[in-house]
Amino acid sequence: MAYSDKVLDHYNNPRNVGSLDKADPTVGTGMVGAPECGDVMKLQVKVNPSTGIIEEAKFKTFGCGSAIASSSLATEWLRGKTVDEALAIKNTDIVNELSLPPVKIHCSVLAEDAIKAAIDDYKKKSGN
Amino acid sequence: MKFPIYMDYHATTPVDPRVFEAMKPYFTELFGNPASRNHSFGWAAEDAVEKGRKQIASLIGANSKEIVFTSGATESNNLAIKGVAQMYAERGNHIITAATEHKATLDTCKHLEKEGFRVTYLAVQANGLIDLNQLREAITDKTILISIMYANNEIGVVQPIAEIGKLAKERGVLFHTDAVQAAGKIPVNVIADNIDLLSISGHKIYGPKGVGALYVRRKGPRVQLTAQIDGGGHERGMRSGTLNVPGIVGLGEACAIAQAEMAEESKRMAYLRDKLKDRLLGALDECYINGTMESRLPNNLNISFAFVEGESLLMGINDIAVSSGSACTSATLEPSYVLKALGAGDDLAHSSIRFGIGRFNTEEEVDYVAGKVIDVVQKLRELSPLYEMHKEGIDLTKVQWTAH
Repeated sequence: MAYSDKVLDHYNNPRNVGSLDKADPTVGTGMVGAPECGDVMKLQVKVNPSTGIIEEAKFKTFGCGSAIASSSLATEWLRGKTVDEALAIKNTDIVNELSLPPVKIHCSVLAEDAIKAAIDDYKKKSGN
Repeated sequence: MKFPIYMDYHATTPVDPRVFEAMKPYFTELFGNPASRNHSFGWAAEDAVEKGRKQIASLIGANSKEIVFTSGATESNNLAIKGVAQMYAERGNHIITAATEHKATLDTCKHLEKEGFRVTYLAVQANGLIDLNQLREAITDKTILISIMYANNEIGVVQPIAEIGKLAKERGVLFHTDAVQAAGKIPVNVIADNIDLLSISGHKIYGPKGVGALYVRRKGPRVQLTAQIDGGGHERGMRSGTLNVPGIVGLGEACAIAQAEMAEESKRMAYLRDKLKDRLLGALDECYINGTMESRLPNNLNISFAFVEGESLLMGINDIAVSSGSACTSATLEPSYVLKALGAGDDLAHSSIRFGIGRFNTEEEVDYVAGKVIDVVQKLRELSPLYEMHKEGIDLTKVQWTAH
């Protein structure tokens, strides 16, 4: 199966790889997927509490190239967005941007789930 | 070095140039039908087919009269298993096979189950080998056939064929083995190992695709089969259809070369395979070899690189042709059933790569592959949340995952 140029670019040059301090109250962590399914995404956001803007986003992904690209793209999109804007990101946006084939749509769903999980975690920690 | 590097010789092999040369005349000037008994075109074709038959028989210690030509090993397995089941249905309705067999065997058995046959699928041990005691216990007075592959196509483990053959003979059960990966790579002898039926394929041993053979024992016992393809009664009535003369010439030549060069070639394969293994295991932690190294084809290496998903690994080594046990593209996301049968967790099955080294690989290629795989695994582990958790001392089996 051929990968799109954008998937290849994210795979070869993944953006924002890394980890933020889970204990930091301004950091939200989302971990979705399962090793036995072949995909685990960890996505983290660091939010400025006074503006509600995501200042940093980091990811680590165990999964196929499309899963890596979906989470890498998600971190690019998250930076500079407000928490509410972030929640508006849909998996179909990722599918369109990366030209994912039907068999890889679950990768984009997982990325959307990871965004939601990270924001949820931040909201819980910050008491919103 | 020429790229991409081919290291997937269990999937298929190129035709050896010597084999191709031998085949060439049989497409054009020597195009006769071996069934044409009344002119020289037919006689020439028949001579070529009989030479091929002898070459194949010689490789496996059989008599040339015991070789039936087919379109490939899938057909050979179908003919052996369905042919025995139908021919001996009055004697019994029970077949024993193993969970790690090729689909050509498993799906044939499943087909027979629908027709009322009972099939036992033996589990394998963690090392990939069947347990002979389990096999012994599975045999009943209704058992008519044991079908166990010689060497596995994914993990290369070589089953205890001589012991299985002995047991089958003692109990009066026919023994079929799918020897597609073993024949031509390691010594195979149907007499010494009490094999009654044996499947072989051209394109796994540097012969052409679309041709295979089934060895059918003629003496002690004389094995009979119900034909699966009816027609002109070719191949002693067991497989009708005009013979694929160039294919048979190619399969025969491939067998002759394999037999002549096996001792030397298998040594070279084992050297290259072990070099690859030692370099990978030397540079990378948390790698697991799937299947025993004690009883294994010399050219096979199947490794799980924990915390790295197989398809992403293949994507990083896209100038190397190998296979992964991870099937992330399928709707079910099911990893290799062979690796699962070993009891490896699904996570490790998703992380596996099969290297199949072959006749035309060079040491330079093996060095390149080792270096490239090491680089990509290291890069992907930097990206892997699982590797990070492992390094933090978290037991991944105790984590509550959100399965999707």
